[in-house]
Amino acid sequence: MLIKRPPDISSSEITEEGVYHQRRKFLQQSLALGLGAGIAAHLPDAHAGYGGEALTFTTPDAYRLNVEKTAYKDVTTYNNFYEFSTSKYAPARKAHTLRTRPWSIRVEGECAKPGVVDIEDVLKRHALEERIYRFRCVEGWSMVIPWVGFSLSEMLKQFEPTSRAKYVMFETLVDPEQFPNQKGRVLDWPYQEGLRIDEAMNPLTLMAVGLYGEVLPNQNGAPIRLVVPWKYGFKSIKSIVKIKFVETMPKSTWMKASSREYGFYSNVNPEVSHPRWSQRRERRIGEWGKRDTLMFNGYAEQVAHLYKGMDLQKYF
Amino acid sequence: MSPKGVGYLKVVIFCLSLFPAANLLQGALSNALGTNPVETLIRDTGDWALRFLLIGLALTPLRNLTGQAQLMRFRRMLGLFAFFYAFIHLSIYIGLDKYLYWDDILEDIIKRPFITIGMLAFLCLVPLAVTSTNGMIRRLGGRRWQKLHKSVYFIAIAGVIHFMMLVKKDLTEPLLYAFVLLLLLLARVPSIKRVTQRTAKA
Repeated sequence: MLIKRPPDISSSEITEEGVYHQRRKFLQQSLALGLGAGIAAHLPDAHAGYGGEALTFTTPDAYRLNVEKTAYKDVTTYNNFYEFSTSKYAPARKAHTLRTRPWSIRVEGECAKPGVVDIEDVLKRHALEERIYRFRCVEGWSMVIPWVGFSLSEMLKQFEPTSRAKYVMFETLVDPEQFPNQKGRVLDWPYQEGLRIDEAMNPLTLMAVGLYGEVLPNQNGAPIRLVVPWKYGFKSIKSIVKIKFVETMPKSTWMKASSREYGFYSNVNPEVSHPRWSQRRERRIGEWGKRDTLMFNGYAEQVAHLYKGMDLQKYF
Repeated sequence: MSPKGVGYLKVVIFCLSLFPAANLLQGALSNALGTNPVETLIRDTGDWALRFLLIGLALTPLRNLTGQAQLMRFRRMLGLFAFFYAFIHLSIYIGLDKYLYWDDILEDIIKRPFITIGMLAFLCLVPLAVTSTNGMIRRLGGRRWQKLHKSVYFIAIAGVIHFMMLVKKDLTEPLLYAFVLLLLLLARVPSIKRVTQRTAKA
């Protein structure tokens, strides 16, 4: 069967989870009803790895998005995760090698209280929220994803960044045993990303631990990843093991790979094209037509002030 | 092989060459082309255009190696299939990937070298397809026809460069095509060609 049976739900559990499991049953049934054996044979198990456990969270109105969400199957089987493969369909098949427990994050640099935090403690400390965000890949496709997580700012504050903390740098785990494609050199591992401190502290910037109400599947960046919805997807670094407060602008992995094509900011901007393709329009996964790409991916109201007076053609 | 045998084999190769297109069509109709079907369609048809170009270019060195002159009887059909897949590839780019937004297409052609070079390769492929009939060969005369069709080397090189320039980071696949093309071009260097022909005779 394509999708594993959900664990039994006790009647005492809250509605939120129940609703999501119904969705899953519906998916199962519709697949069983014969969307066609052809597709079923093609698609990897969307739940490869340890994802899929139900999470408890609130659903703040501020982060409801009144548009159709991208299908769970698409969100979890079409992933750019070069640590597994450069093919977008492969991570869902290969991600079972990633072990998401035990997992800790080292926080260091320009802060008063550096340290190592365990993922379980992170989960206990922060109340989870569901936030439905648009997600725009630099390649020209987009999705709408219901993430579960908490504002990065909540987490960063606990380490008391100093006035010298002008930027925050993030790093993905390096372990070729768990990330088979790290045996090759397609990118300069570890994968690194960075934000300016005010970007990191913006309430939109999310640390995600789940999607569709469930623990993140490995291929989506388990156990914890960044989601910066007004920037191109590659800024939203996955499977984070290190956070560092720094004084100077860090160089991201994609800047190192091609500084002409990928800048530090990488804000979604229909007016600034990638050297090899236009960013004016995008294809929403699940649609045949094209949509206009929105300035800051539709989050201008929340983030445009961060870039006031900046030449966005220059600081792309 | 008898002329009849060549005829039968042509039918078989024709059907086999149509198979990737049929497979994609079936996939498109049954929604089995993955999460981003347009991307799948455009990549796969591009792959097949390049593959048919390389297969077509492989016939002459293969003939030199094996001495099987009849291999050349399949060259026109394979070349036309390269054109067929390149044509679908371009049509999908214009119709589905760019969704007929001509401003985007024009900007691509002018400002994006990998599109410019891909488009150029396709444009050069058109006269080869048009002059592929026996009538056209006669009208042009063998020498002029051959001269014109030498541009297939440029088209193949341009096609491979087009592929190399479009990938984001992983060059493995395009480099594989580049390597095969390089071998096929090297096999045409006179001194190397003499060696292969001698081996064939020995």
